[in-house]
Amino acid sequence: MSVHPNDIARRSRVAKAGLAVVILSLMGAFFNAQVLQHDRYKLQSQENRLRALPLAAPRGIIYDRFGNIIAENLPGYAVSIAPVNTDSLKSSLQHLSSVISLSPDQIDAALRRYRRDPNRPTLIMSDASMSVVSVLEEHRINFPRLIIQSVPKRFYPDGPAVASFVGYTGEVTDADLNSPAYEGYKPGQLVGKGGIEKEYEKVLRGREGVRYDEVDARGRQVRQATPRLDLNPEPGPPLHTNIDLDLQRYVAAVFGDSLVGGAIALDPRDGGVLALYSAPSYDVNKFTGGIPADYWKGLLADDRRPLVNKVTQGRYPPGSTFKLATAVTGLEDGLVTLDEHMPVPCTGGFQYGNRYFKCWDKKGHGSISLARAIEVSCDVYFYQLGLKIGLSRMIAGGISLGLRDKSGIDLPDEKRALWPYAVDYYNKTYGARGWSNAVTLNLSIGQGENSQTVVNMAKFYAALATDGKAPTPEIVKRAPVRTQIFKLDQQQMDGLRTALAGVIGQGTAQSARIQGIMLAGKTGTAQTGKRVNGVELNHAWFVGFAPADKPTIVVAVMLEYGGHGGRAAHVASSIIAHYLKVAPVTAVQSEG
Amino acid sequence: MFRNTLTDYPLAATAIALSLFGVAIVYSAGQTDIPTYVAPLWKSQLMWLCLGVLCAWGIGNSSVRLIEWVTWPAYLLTLFTLASLLVLGTGTGANGHMRSWLAIGGHRLGQPAELAKIIVVLMLAKVLAERREAPKSLLELWKPGLVVGVPFAMIMLQPDLGSAIVFVGIFFGMLFWSGVPWPLLVLLASPVVSLVLSFSTGLWGAWFLVLIALVLWYKPYLLEGIVLVVANVVTGVVAPILWEKLAPYQQNRLKVFLDPSADPRASGYHVLQSKIAIGSGGLLGNGFTLGTQKRSGFLPEQHTDFIFAVVGEELGFIGVALALALFLALLLRATRIASRANDSFGSLAAFGLMSCWLVHVVVNIGMTLNLMPITGIPLPFFSYGGSFMLASWLGVGVLLRISGEGRGHAGALLS
Repeated sequence: MSVHPNDIARRSRVAKAGLAVVILSLMGAFFNAQVLQHDRYKLQSQENRLRALPLAAPRGIIYDRFGNIIAENLPGYAVSIAPVNTDSLKSSLQHLSSVISLSPDQIDAALRRYRRDPNRPTLIMSDASMSVVSVLEEHRINFPRLIIQSVPKRFYPDGPAVASFVGYTGEVTDADLNSPAYEGYKPGQLVGKGGIEKEYEKVLRGREGVRYDEVDARGRQVRQATPRLDLNPEPGPPLHTNIDLDLQRYVAAVFGDSLVGGAIALDPRDGGVLALYSAPSYDVNKFTGGIPADYWKGLLADDRRPLVNKVTQGRYPPGSTFKLATAVTGLEDGLVTLDEHMPVPCTGGFQYGNRYFKCWDKKGHGSISLARAIEVSCDVYFYQLGLKIGLSRMIAGGISLGLRDKSGIDLPDEKRALWPYAVDYYNKTYGARGWSNAVTLNLSIGQGENSQTVVNMAKFYAALATDGKAPTPEIVKRAPVRTQIFKLDQQQMDGLRTALAGVIGQGTAQSARIQGIMLAGKTGTAQTGKRVNGVELNHAWFVGFAPADKPTIVVAVMLEYGGHGGRAAHVASSIIAHYLKVAPVTAVQSEG
Repeated sequence: MFRNTLTDYPLAATAIALSLFGVAIVYSAGQTDIPTYVAPLWKSQLMWLCLGVLCAWGIGNSSVRLIEWVTWPAYLLTLFTLASLLVLGTGTGANGHMRSWLAIGGHRLGQPAELAKIIVVLMLAKVLAERREAPKSLLELWKPGLVVGVPFAMIMLQPDLGSAIVFVGIFFGMLFWSGVPWPLLVLLASPVVSLVLSFSTGLWGAWFLVLIALVLWYKPYLLEGIVLVVANVVTGVVAPILWEKLAPYQQNRLKVFLDPSADPRASGYHVLQSKIAIGSGGLLGNGFTLGTQKRSGFLPEQHTDFIFAVVGEELGFIGVALALALFLALLLRATRIASRANDSFGSLAAFGLMSCWLVHVVVNIGMTLNLMPITGIPLPFFSYGGSFMLASWLGVGVLLRISGEGRGHAGALLS
C-alpha cells in the first residue's frame, strides 16, 4: 500500500467524511419514519393487531296482534375461522374434520364463503351444538384462528302451525349475493327465505355490528381491544302482524294431518290476515342452521307439495264460489235483479246449441229468482245469466273485480289468478273458429279458463261482506288499503248477503250452521278432470263471512281434491265459530 | 516491546456499550405475549459476549506479528471449512435450504462465514501490504482478487448472498485504503453496475457512455480496456438470463426490495412489519420490552436480522440515534486506528475490519427501513448468534492490538 503520511491522512479524511455521511443519512431516514411519519405507522400498527369480528344482529321479533311471539331469537353458536389464505383454510378445515365431523358440503361452503370475502372470518357452522362447541374449546390451542361466537338463532315456538306465512331464514346464497337486491350482504349472513321473513327482510335484519379483537401475528386472540372502536349490532325492529295466533293454531289443528289445502281468515274491514294456513305444513325450526338434506328431499318428493303455499301460490278452478262474480257483474250492469227469473226454468240441465249443459242437481230447481239461485247454486240459472251478460262483458267484469290479479298480500311469490284478458284470448288460444260461445256458460259457473288463488277469492268476498271495497290482505299491520271493485246500492248488497246467508240457512251448506251467528258464504265443488276409479276428484271450496249482517271475519277454505264444497264449509264454519267464540250446529249434510 | 493493550479505552468502551445495548435488546426481543424459544436466548448471548471479550483480551495481549503469522494457516483452514460446508453444511429455520452451518454429529458449531470475514480481512491485508505501491491496473489486482474471490465464490454457492456482499465491501474498502485510484475502483465495479442497470436499457446505456469516457480518460492497458467494455456488455446482456438462474427466494428478495408491497405475506411482509414497528415507535418509543408489534409476534426475526426494529419500536428515535452514534464512534475509532497503525498490515487490517462492520451496519439497519435488500446480514453486537458475537469481538481484539502497537499519530508507518 502507499504509506505516505499525506496519502494516509487524505484517505482517512475521505473515509471519515464518508462514514459520517452514511450514518447521518441513516439517522435522517429514521427521523423521517419515526418522527415525521409517526402517525401513519402508528395507525398501521394498530390496524395490524386488530381483527374485525362481525357481530350478527338479532332479527326483529315477530308478534301476533295480541303480542304473542311468532318468531324469536334463541342463543346459538357459530363457528368460524379467520384464515390467512385458501391453503391455510383448507388445512384448517381438514384438521378440524378430524376433531368434529364436517360434511364435504360444509367444507365446500366454507371455501366458497372465503373466496367471496377473504377479509371476513369464514363461517364454518352457523348453528353448532353445545357438544361440538365443547370439543372445539378443548382443542382450541390447535386452532388459533378459530372463532366461536354466540349468535342469535331463529326460533318459531309454533313451528309447523305458522310456517305457511312466516317462512324461514337461511344463509344468503351465491346467486343472491350476485344480485343487486342483496347489495351489502356478506357470505354467511342469514336472510329471510320465505314468508314474511323474506317479505320484510330489509326491516327484520337489523344492522350487523363489529368487535375488534387484538390478535397476535398467528391470529390468536390476545385480548379484547378498546371498546370505543366497537360497533354494537342493531337488532331488527319488532314486527307486529294482524295474525291471531290462537286462531292460526286452531286452523292448523282443524286441517290436522289428513286434509290437504289452504285456508285464510281476513278481517274484511281492513284486510288484516287473521290466519293463513297451507296444508300439509312443515317444521320451519328444522330449517334453522341449514336444512337437513333428507328432510328437504322428503318435502320435495311429497306429492302433496308442502312447499307450495296453497293459499297464495296454488291456483284452482273456483267452481260455484265464482257465481257471485257473475251475479255482481249482472247486477252492476242492471241486466238482472235479485228477484228476476230466467226464461228457461231449471229441469236439471240446459240445451245450448247442440250441447246439453247439466245442472249439478239432476232433479232441477224449477223457475227461481237470482237470490234463490245463489242459495241452491243453480247452474242453469247462471248459464242463462252468463249468456245475458255476454262473454265480453263477463270477462271485463271479472277483470274489474280483481279476479285476474294478485291479491297484493304481503307474501313473496304470490301467483296471479288466471282469467282471460279479453275475448281475443280465445281467438289466440284456439283460433278464431276453434271455440264457441259455450265458453260463456262454463265461465259463468266458475269453470273453464278460470283459476283463482284462495287469498284472491277471500279478497273478493271481503268486498261482498262490506260495501264493494276489496281490502288488500295484510299480514303485517300497515295502513289498510281498500279498493272499490264494484258498486251496488244498499238494497242489492243486503240482498246478496241475505242470499249468501241463505246458502247456510236453507241452501247447499246447511251443515255449516253456527248457533247464534248468521254465517254467509258460498260453497264450490270445482271439477278437476282428475279421476280415480272412475270418480272425478273435485276441489272443495267455501268462501264466506260472519256475522252476515255485520261481518268481522271472512274465511276462504279450499280442500285440494276434497270432494264436496260442504266439507270446506264445515271447516270454514268451525274456524269462524272458534273466532267468534260460538259453537257450530251439526246438521244433515247437503249437496253443494 | 509490548504496550498495554487497554490503552485504547474509547474503542473498548464503545464496543462494550454496543454489546450491552445489544444484549438488552435480545432480552427484550424475547419478551413476547406468547413466550417463544427466543425468551431465554439473552443469557447465552451474554455468555458469548463474555467469551468474546475474553478472546479479545487474549488477542490484545498477543502481537500483530503473531496475528500476521497465523493468517496464512487460518486462511487455508477457512477455505477448507467453507469447502467442506458445501458438502456437510446444514441449514436452519427459515433458511433451511442454505448450507451455512457447520455441524458435527448433529450439533451445530457455528457459521464459519462469520469467522471467514475476519480471516479474509487479515489475508487481504497481508497480500496488499506486500506491495510498496498500490495496484494501478486490473492485472495487478489478480492476487487480492483471488484472496477474496475464492471464499466469495464458496459462500455464494451455499448460497449466502448477504455474506457475499460483505466480502465485496471488504474488498473495495481495503483497495481504497491501500491507495488504489478511484477510477480503477469504478472500472472494477463497472460490470456489477452494468448488471444492476441492465434491467433498464436507458440507464444501462447512460452508464455505458460514462464507462467509455472513464476508460478513455484513465487509459488502462488496451487489453484491460477491451475486457472491461466486453464484460460490461456481457453483464448488461446476460443479466436477464442470470436472473432466471437465481433461486426463487433470491429473486423474490430482490423483487421485494424493488416493491415491498408486491408480496406482503412473504418477504415483503417482513419489511412492512419492520417499518411499521419502527415508525410506530415515534420519538421516544413504546418503552423497553413494550413494543406491541414485537410482543404480538408481527415482527419477524426480531432477535436476529430485524433486531434493530425492536430498538426503533421500543426506544424510539432517541434509541436509534444513540445506537447509530455508537456505531459511528466505533467506525471512526477503527479508521483512526488504521491511520495511526505501525505497519501496512495493521493499517489495512484495521480498515478492513471497519469496512466489514460498515457493510453490516448499513445493510442490516437499512434493510429494516427497506433502504436495502433483505440479505440476512446480522447487526454486529446486536443480532443474536454465538459465532457472530465471537467474530465481532475477535475483530475488536485485533483492533485493540493494532491500536496498542500504533504510534498514536498519523504517519507512524514511515518511521
